Amino acid sequence: MYAQKEHTLAQLQKGVRADGRKLDEFRKITIDADSVATAEGGARVTCGDTHVIAGVKMALGTPYPDTPDSGVLMVNVELLPMSNPEYEPGPPSIDSIETSRVIDRGIRESHAFDSKSLCVTAGEQVWIVNVDICPVNADGNLIDIGGLAAVAAIKSAKFPEVEDGKVNYKKLSKKPLKLEHVPIPITVVKIGDVLVVDPTYDEWSVADARLTATTIEDGRLCSLQKGGDVPLTIDEVNTIVDLAVKKGKELRKLL
Amino acid sequence: MAYKKRYDGRGFNDTRPIEATAGVIKNADGSAHFKIGKTEAYAAVYGPRSLHPRFMQDPKKGVLRCFYGMMPFSGAGDRVRPGPNRRSKELCLVIQKALMPVLDLSAYPNAVVDLFIDFPQTDAGTRCAAICAASIALADAGFPMRDMVTAVSLGKVEDKMVIDLDYQEEAHEDGDVADIPLAMVPSTGEITLLQADGFFTADDLKGGLADIQPVVEEIAEQMRAAVRARYEG
Repeated sequence: MYAQKEHTLAQLQKGVRADGRKLDEFRKITIDADSVATAEGGARVTCGDTHVIAGVKMALGTPYPDTPDSGVLMVNVELLPMSNPEYEPGPPSIDSIETSRVIDRGIRESHAFDSKSLCVTAGEQVWIVNVDICPVNADGNLIDIGGLAAVAAIKSAKFPEVEDGKVNYKKLSKKPLKLEHVPIPITVVKIGDVLVVDPTYDEWSVADARLTATTIEDGRLCSLQKGGDVPLTIDEVNTIVDLAVKKGKELRKLL
Repeated sequence: MAYKKRYDGRGFNDTRPIEATAGVIKNADGSAHFKIGKTEAYAAVYGPRSLHPRFMQDPKKGVLRCFYGMMPFSGAGDRVRPGPNRRSKELCLVIQKALMPVLDLSAYPNAVVDLFIDFPQTDAGTRCAAICAASIALADAGFPMRDMVTAVSLGKVEDKMVIDLDYQEEAHEDGDVADIPLAMVPSTGEITLLQADGFFTADDLKGGLADIQPVVEEIAEQMRAAVRARYEG
């Protein structure tokens, strides 16, 4: 790993990435929306060799006591061992939990949903929106690609029909799960003194630090998460945030 | 009652449309995508690699370890809770037993070959789809195999024997339904997985087993084509 890092860094300092991209360039992204037959909404997204599937399942449940008229959003990432030799079966790893929570926070804090629109009967029954993200092949940058897939899946979701207070999953209504905002998380990793956008798994593995910034359409930020063992300078944070705004705009156009 | 026409209009001995592709997961040593109707499986093979805990090691040959998982959004009803459960553990067991008779891991003592099978969407017949996907992935990974184990379900809806039940047929309420998933070594006709739930007669089974062999051969041919396509040109 040390040799790999030295090599990667030496190349990056010359502005060279293993796959020939510029430091601030994303891999090619494809989005196949509404593509999971069993889910209320779904999307299959590829970014280079990273391939993720996101699905939305909706259920009726009781609201939290402190927000009796708000629906519930839950975002979960399963780092399937199928998708990467480093991932192991078993309870969610800390990486899986952090990835879930960073994507979740971006969507939640953007107020992407009018949470009141998910209320059926205040204090009694609300919609619970489960967004699950599963990588099929994990080649780095799962926060950004997972976040993009989650938003694409939510955009394609339709409420299931409700009959006698119970959900009939066999019938989807025409009513979409309305999005007020489109949050896009962008993660920039720091390797040595170089900042890199859309890291592959090899780049991700040797990164010293990272910052994920989620923006909405008007360029405002709604969540941040710094990761890694090494600190970031104020200048680096400023550069990363500018990049997140710029790249967020590019990715939002793909939806 | 008589079951005259299948819900989706198929012939009684027809499977749903099948798509098979090898080499779809770049990180894996071998992989496959297998879709039959709306049931869709990915299989990934990692290994041979070192096996821990060590007491599970076999000094004579490599161990095949199977993992079966449904993605949380893959069920037509409620969200499926991720992680193993009694059903998935039993499926892992029978899938492993179905594949081992053709697979030679004697070159890899003390090592493990991990096989992960995950479903983005399901519409019955998942253990059969899992086995077909697994066979393609193991072949793609380059392990010596006598043949590609192929699986499809046999079934009975009311009075009719059918092949490859979908969920609507499994849930048919106007009469008895039997679901008989089976896996076969196509070249020899040997059966490596056989389970059933529901009522049927011994003659039903005998007739069904005779009818299903050409269907298994057809599916196997599609699976072989998937592996060939990966290594052509």
